[in-house]
Amino acid sequence: MKLSEIRDLLRCEVLAGEDNLSVDIQYVVASDGMSEILAFARSKELMVTGLTNIQSIRTADIAGCSAVLYCRGKRPDSRVIEFAKSRKIPVLVTPMLMFDICVILHDKGLKGVS
Amino acid sequence: MASELMRECYEIQGGNFDRAGEISSEIKAILRDLAVNPVTIRRAVIVAFEAEMNVVMYARKGKLTFVLTDEEVELVVEDEGPGIPDLELAFQEGYTTATDEMRELGFGFGMGLPNMKKNSDELKIDTEVGKGTTVHAKIRLDAHA
Repeated sequence: MKLSEIRDLLRCEVLAGEDNLSVDIQYVVASDGMSEILAFARSKELMVTGLTNIQSIRTADIAGCSAVLYCRGKRPDSRVIEFAKSRKIPVLVTPMLMFDICVILHDKGLKGVS
Repeated sequence: MASELMRECYEIQGGNFDRAGEISSEIKAILRDLAVNPVTIRRAVIVAFEAEMNVVMYARKGKLTFVLTDEEVELVVEDEGPGIPDLELAFQEGYTTATDEMRELGFGFGMGLPNMKKNSDELKIDTEVGKGTTVHAKIRLDAHA
């Protein structure tokens, strides 16, 4: 599923990487624990998290995630968004809760990582 | 005997969460510029990042030495921290001594050392309570996926 489809499906606002929404997403990794993301992500996942500090983008970069989606309407500050742009990582935010996001994406055929 | 291609040494400042991870990002950029295989880069940088975060969370200061040979990436992370009283316990997934503040930053869920072990081909930890901890990790360049 294209990231642009996920944007529409989850009513997201795009905070970074507007030009890079054609990336294809097949796997999702969801956690507020960065070590959990590092432990399970294999690369090219959509990372779903409620943690909006700079470490969230750094973790996505190190884990090789294709994009970051912040849940519960949590917005990072502008410094975090600039950092994501410098790493070419698209960043989206949705008002939805993590559980609901995962259910919707799962129903659309996306898979988790383990 | 492996021949050394590169050696870099970085200071890590304890308690500085804003800059935590910068060294690991730099190591990633170096390895990518050298066209090291992506699996090795990923493994090495996860180990570096977890080790860096541990120093930032627990220690006053530390030092990360990055060595690249024609066979492996070697990381040595030394800190002036509290030391680890029970190493076996610290390697158990989920065991943590992190504060709420550390967890709010997305770390301290008891996955740091297990992640380092999983992504290293060799991992050795020397620790002394009250003095500090040194992590020695080796990641082979011909890493498996």
